[in-house]
Amino acid sequence: MTGPLLAVEHLSVEFPTDDGVLHAVDDLSFEVGEHEVLGVVGESGSGKTVTALAILGLLPPRAQIRGSVRFRGAELLERPERDLERLRGDDLAIVFQDALAAFNPVLTVGDQVDEAIAVHHPEIRGPSRRDRVLALLDLVGIPDPASRADQYPHQYSGGMRQRAMLAMALANDPALLIADEPTTALDVTLQAQVFDVLERIRERTGTAVLLITHDLGVIAGLADRVVVLYAGRRVETAPVDTLFAASRHPYTLGLLASLPRLDHRARGTPLFRIEGQPPSLVHRPTGCAFHPRCPFRAVPEPCATLVPPELEVGAAHSSACHRVDALADVTPASLRAAAG
Amino acid sequence: MSSRHPTVVPEPEPLGPSELLPGLAVDDPYRPPGQRFWRRLRRHRPAVVSAVVLVVLAAACFAAPVLAPYGPDQQNLALGAVGPSLHHWFGTDELGRDELTRLLYAGQISLEIGLAVALLSTLVGTIVGAAAGYVGRATDQALMRVTDLFLVLPGIAVLALALEKFGHDRLTIILVLAALFWMYVARVVRAQVLAVKEQEYIEAARASGASGPWIVWRHVLPNCVGPIVVNATLAVAAAIIAESALSFLGFGVQLPATSWGRMLADAEGYVGTSQAYLLYFPGLAILLTVLAVNFLGDGLRDAFDPRSR
Repeated sequence: MTGPLLAVEHLSVEFPTDDGVLHAVDDLSFEVGEHEVLGVVGESGSGKTVTALAILGLLPPRAQIRGSVRFRGAELLERPERDLERLRGDDLAIVFQDALAAFNPVLTVGDQVDEAIAVHHPEIRGPSRRDRVLALLDLVGIPDPASRADQYPHQYSGGMRQRAMLAMALANDPALLIADEPTTALDVTLQAQVFDVLERIRERTGTAVLLITHDLGVIAGLADRVVVLYAGRRVETAPVDTLFAASRHPYTLGLLASLPRLDHRARGTPLFRIEGQPPSLVHRPTGCAFHPRCPFRAVPEPCATLVPPELEVGAAHSSACHRVDALADVTPASLRAAAG
Repeated sequence: MSSRHPTVVPEPEPLGPSELLPGLAVDDPYRPPGQRFWRRLRRHRPAVVSAVVLVVLAAACFAAPVLAPYGPDQQNLALGAVGPSLHHWFGTDELGRDELTRLLYAGQISLEIGLAVALLSTLVGTIVGAAAGYVGRATDQALMRVTDLFLVLPGIAVLALALEKFGHDRLTIILVLAALFWMYVARVVRAQVLAVKEQEYIEAARASGASGPWIVWRHVLPNCVGPIVVNATLAVAAAIIAESALSFLGFGVQLPATSWGRMLADAEGYVGTSQAYLLYFPGLAILLTVLAVNFLGDGLRDAFDPRSR
């Protein structure tokens, strides 16, 4: 089978609010190939989670969704709930941000992993299902799965819970795993553990991953390709190495420049930051949504008036910026230097 | 492609020591969940005592034909109403009937009505409340308006009418009392379901493909057990008392059968006289049952919560 595993095209999600229409996701397109890890980066409110929920059909009914989401060529939007239930957790699985909240406190972890199998494969029963649960827990590195399976979520540590969530998501060998900020609630050591597990799982099962995060460090370690979101729009997309070496969008450059550095030359210098606040999604700036915060803006024309089109700037690399030509020599380091 | 068998875990090689991530935060040695439930329940002293009291009480009442020193309607008019003695531990009533014997037989009816009404009203209330809370929208509106309708019914009047129409047998009393009690459970369960269904683990369950009824059964209701159990125990107490009120008004069980409530009502005239013991014993029996059921409910609620230790 050719073609991408998941193709999102011109996806828009709007929520009616008392203050007006909130544009959570605006004309977003991207693809995830088989076995590929696609990173989606953006700050809070840039539409990452809404995109994930839209793909799975888990948005509340008041959300107005337009565009197309195709999984293995078949359209998912407008699909009846029953069809989606069959797909969710089987071929299409998701790992949520907060594993403590995502586990039911009154059921044992083993029961909840077991449930993920039972929902889709009732024909697997008894000892063979139990074996599978234990194998899954073992796969994600839960020590002593046989007794850990019978414990409750509150008896797990944070890192173990997140890994158990992974076990649940992987229960039916999904073709695509959506990981929505899978490590945000964890400290750095535990993040590393979860990523180790994710990496190992990918090697063994070849699952494609849609990795949603606000952490560029995470992206650098795991993703093949990256999509950068700002205010619900795609502003840049590139293979991961290209993005880090030669980004051509002021927002991405700003994000890269603001990564803290540990080398001693950086000691004592203030952290770089992008000026201003993320825009309101109800009253979005005209033209390029990033222009009020952009050090390279040309106002009023065209940045404040025209929505920038996506321009091809390299192999599989495009940037939605009117000033791409002016950015050719800009690097995160030069941004930092300019800021003093 | 959906016929693909889930063969996720290809030969899980044993993890090397370096891969074994440190197990953390074991706050308890391992025990299977069922065993944990009993352990938590046993640790709740009042609940254990209450359970024993209830079992002894129920056993005594239902073994009355064997245990009771006299027949339930055996009279001794020459004796009349005398206080507790060696022959009549709890005394006798004005017809010379043994109070202890009467209490045991009456307990059969009171306990049966209390438990049956609690079970039935809890069952109906839970179903209605869960459906209203989980499905929401028009279903919620319809079910809750029906609930409101039952709530505003004047209970005693409905009871009187129903009993007049269908007779005064126990089954009718149970059905009518349950019909007057389920709304409280329904409201509590609905509120609880509304809170639980916003939890992220419900979304997680949906994300793993679980259907609505499955989620309600597996995830929502187990998280409502506390309030449901508490309400059920309150219903036991309320039903026993409501039956007393009915009997007092003459709508309850019919003579010569009697219940604790009926015995109380019959003894009403002895307040402040030397025969007041006729009030004390049925009153104490009701008090004991209601207290025990409440403590037991308290213990059950804690035992159902795996986070309590």
